[in-house]
Amino acid sequence: MAAEQAGPVYRANNDAAVQAAPVFRARNISKVYRMGEVDVSALRGVDLDLYAGELAVFLGASGSGKSTLLNILGGLDVPSGGQVFYREREMTGADESERTGFRRKSVGFVFQFYNLIPSLTALENVELVTEIAEHPMPAEDALQLVGLEPRMHHFPAQMSGGEQQRVAIARAIAKRPEVLLCDEPTGALDYATGKRVLEVIETVNSTLGTTTAVITHNVAIADMADRVIRLRSGEIFEVYANPVKKRPDELSW
Amino acid sequence: MSILNRKVFRELARMRGQVIAITLVMACGIMLYVSSRHTYISLLQSQESYYALYRFADVFAGVKRAPASTAEEIARIPGVSRVRTRIVMDVNLDVPGLDEPATGRLVSMPERRRPVLNDVAIQAGRYPAIGRPDEVIISEAFAEANGLTPGDRIGAVINGRQKALHVVGIGLSPEYVYEVQGTGSIFPDNLRFGVIWMARDALGAAFDMEGGFNDLSAALSSEASERDVIDRMDLVLEPYGSTGAYGRDSQISHRFLMDEIIGLSVSSNFTPAVFLGIAALLLHIVFSRMVRAQRDQIAIMKAFGYRNLTIGWHYLKFAFLAVSGGTLLGIVGGFLIGRPLTALYQDYYRFPDLVYALNFEVITLAALISVSAAFLGTLHALRSAMALPPAEAMRPDAPAHFRPLAMERLGVHRMLSPVWRMIFRNMERKPVKTVLSAFGIAMAVAILVMGRFTFDSIEYLIDYQFRTVQREDAAVVFAGPRPARARFELAHLPGVVRSEPYRAVPVRLRSGHRMKQTAINGLDPAGELRQLIDRDGRILPMPPEGIVLTRTLADLLAVREGDMVAVEVLEGSRMRGRLPVSLLVDELIGISAYMDNRALNRFLGEGTTISGAYLSVDPLQAEALYRTLKETPAVAGVAVREAVIKGFEDSIAESTSATTFTLTVFACIIACGMVYNGARIALAERNREMASLRVLGFTEREISVVLLGEQAIVTLMAIPIGFLIGWGLCYLAVDATAQELYRMPLVITGKTYGFAFLVVSAAAVVSAYLVHRQLRHLDMIGVLKIQE
Ligand SMILES: Nc1ncnc2c1ncn2[C@@H]1O[C@H](COP(=O)(O)OP(=O)(O)OP(=O)(O)O)[C@@H](O)[C@H]1O
Ligand SMILES: [Mg+2]
Repeated sequence: MAAEQAGPVYRANNDAAVQAAPVFRARNISKVYRMGEVDVSALRGVDLDLYAGELAVFLGASGSGKSTLLNILGGLDVPSGGQVFYREREMTGADESERTGFRRKSVGFVFQFYNLIPSLTALENVELVTEIAEHPMPAEDALQLVGLEPRMHHFPAQMSGGEQQRVAIARAIAKRPEVLLCDEPTGALDYATGKRVLEVIETVNSTLGTTTAVITHNVAIADMADRVIRLRSGEIFEVYANPVKKRPDELSW
Repeated sequence: MSILNRKVFRELARMRGQVIAITLVMACGIMLYVSSRHTYISLLQSQESYYALYRFADVFAGVKRAPASTAEEIARIPGVSRVRTRIVMDVNLDVPGLDEPATGRLVSMPERRRPVLNDVAIQAGRYPAIGRPDEVIISEAFAEANGLTPGDRIGAVINGRQKALHVVGIGLSPEYVYEVQGTGSIFPDNLRFGVIWMARDALGAAFDMEGGFNDLSAALSSEASERDVIDRMDLVLEPYGSTGAYGRDSQISHRFLMDEIIGLSVSSNFTPAVFLGIAALLLHIVFSRMVRAQRDQIAIMKAFGYRNLTIGWHYLKFAFLAVSGGTLLGIVGGFLIGRPLTALYQDYYRFPDLVYALNFEVITLAALISVSAAFLGTLHALRSAMALPPAEAMRPDAPAHFRPLAMERLGVHRMLSPVWRMIFRNMERKPVKTVLSAFGIAMAVAILVMGRFTFDSIEYLIDYQFRTVQREDAAVVFAGPRPARARFELAHLPGVVRSEPYRAVPVRLRSGHRMKQTAINGLDPAGELRQLIDRDGRILPMPPEGIVLTRTLADLLAVREGDMVAVEVLEGSRMRGRLPVSLLVDELIGISAYMDNRALNRFLGEGTTISGAYLSVDPLQAEALYRTLKETPAVAGVAVREAVIKGFEDSIAESTSATTFTLTVFACIIACGMVYNGARIALAERNREMASLRVLGFTEREISVVLLGEQAIVTLMAIPIGFLIGWGLCYLAVDATAQELYRMPLVITGKTYGFAFLVVSAAAVVSAYLVHRQLRHLDMIGVLKIQE
């Protein structure tokens, strides 16, 4: 590993997706949390481009700033400094309602703990999002994509963790988002289920062409990425493209 | 239906226990509001239309005897639009089946046409026939109390002669909506006092009033000044022994009715406000918890682009739906129970017909109030839901922060088992929630105290007024002032144990521009049957000089001990003079003034003269004695204390027990609602903890101690606070309803506190049981499996 090298290092890279115009451009972004007397720097001057259609995996130790970065990209949070562009639009100056509109139109989120609404069925959880989206796919189709059509009238409590996570993915993609942001989607899942979920993410990325970012602790997962971005202590210290992209079923950990 | 709406309905259904609690509390508040408001409007409108339809007069005056021509003089006073003269006399009655003497107020009626003022509303039977002086109409309350119907006969002692009166009709009059004899007894005693309307000619002949009158009433034109008219009337009537003209606000029936209506107007806003405050509090507790529990759901909705307003509206819809059932129930129930509640007033405020109709303004207002309560109650929750930053909420909730708290610092924790330490730490960690829950339960306690307080107060009032201040068994009123020896004639009657004469004289007291009409009661300073009492309950001796005023009267006149008051005697000599205020005493009923009877005789420039006597009576001979008195022409009236007390209790007890019952039921609902909700929320928030404890091998009993121990402590804490709040509410209620005619003493007995304690504890136990049952269904694996 190139851990010793200072600053981001870009490996040679011949993937077509990388050459396209970046969907996200982050320049020198920082994030400081003020905890009473002490300041916690979650991000310190991060520069990053995410390209249309690529599948990027973010790797890093716990507390390295992965979630913070993804939340800022997705418009859930604002940086303390620096600029973020989504296509040509500068997100850093956007107010809460513009960011809400952005999330509503363009972003799909998947979180470690699924965050389904317990009082809604699988189908309704998806419909919750399609109802407010501009050009959604039918909620049933989204569930079919994740292979859960037969379970669509079940409540979250009646499903396993992996199934719940697949519903969460269906919910995230049903609006046909331009970007899909997944924060440790397999963190709470076992090996087989985790792989099943990764397959779904991979399918969405390859068939719908959705720009996808996946956060993980799991180094093995990095092999399914077009590009891998590694963070340490709030900084990107390595970015590399996988010469060969593995399919999720080829991964093992 | 949109997905979010589906979420609302499904979650409401799941938290139905809490929704029912909110619904019931809300229903109570709205029901109280709607019913008491309807009753208020009903009484007000009934009064207005009754007064208008039966031409209730504006100004009244009594004289000894005035010639008919005086009426024309009065009619010429500017501002007077109509005048009616009458003959009004109180006589002893012999009512079949009644042992004690009853008093009948004979009121003359024109023979050929309806009276121009103070008309009689015939409820049954007919108007007396022309040329039948024995035919009379009697008042409805009196007829009902004595079981009299048209066709019955009653005996009356008219000018010393026994006469038979033939009841042909039952009637009501706006003058006697509240039917009492006068300043002496202000509580209805329908068994022993009634109004009897009879032909003027018959009365005139019997009392030597032909061509004259002794009672006058006048209607004023709308622009007239009552004060001016009264002054000019007094000038005209003075030579005829006038006792002073007065307006409606001194007319006893009107005065009582108005006091009641105003009191109702105050309480119809006050009590429901308390309930709605509680409903808002309950909503606050439930919805704050709900938003806290749904942090992640709110965050995910925001992450997916739901707007803050959409989310706020989503939770507001919960609140509106949660209160809508209660509101509807309250409005319908309030309207329905309002009718019988209004009918209760019918027992002592008599109207020919009580208007009771749905009032849309009240209902709109009720709906508005409940919407505002819902909004206020959920405001905090809404604000935190809307302000929740989505990125923040996505992080799993940090483990609750426990620090060493008061318990540790005091070192008490070492005396407690781990389970109790958990309970106390939990309460200490969430002080606001603990305080709010305690406050809610305290309000239930307070409402119970307030409900029972009326009983305590009335009991005390009766005891104070009729057993401490007025200790006589019977008060005899002579037909007119008599020489002092009349006392001995009374003392010799069989059954009289003690007799103390008194001299009562109607007066007007003035100080500056303030004026009050009352009577000075001259008491025998050596007497024991009437006592002067100060606010600490001490018995005070009668000062040999000067006038003694009750504190209320002194306040009305704005005088203190040592000040001078101008006295205008409204009887006999009609002299005027000034007297120093020598003492203030505390009484709960009426506005009385006292003097040493010898000083009063001196002031009036008369020899020892008496107006009547207070008697202490041998109970075994009481019946015979009262019968004898009834047949004595010189005796105008006898007020039997026990009868007065009974009349008072009867009239108030029914309405009081109805309100007390309602308040008790409502307070139980609140107490249950509060405790049940507290425990439900604790269960929801801590079911992981409970399940973990079960996994660790704790029994169901043990974990229910953890859960319910907190509720038990909160309830116990709440009770004394509730006593305090209850006291405060009673204080406010006493203040708001203080009247000239009587004042509720602020007395709350231990029985009331005990009752509130028992009811709230029972409510707490019942709701604890309901929650305990739910613990049985605690799904250990399920709870632990679901990520928080
Ligand atoms: N709301 C917050 N307040 C204070 N500090 C925070 C907050 N959110 C994150 N941090 C801090 O910022 C740093 C980065 O956090 P972040 O959640 O981005 O890490 P991460 O890489 O996602 O870690 P993990 O793999 O454990 O999820 C950490 O040190 C964390 O403690
Ligand atoms: Mg993270």
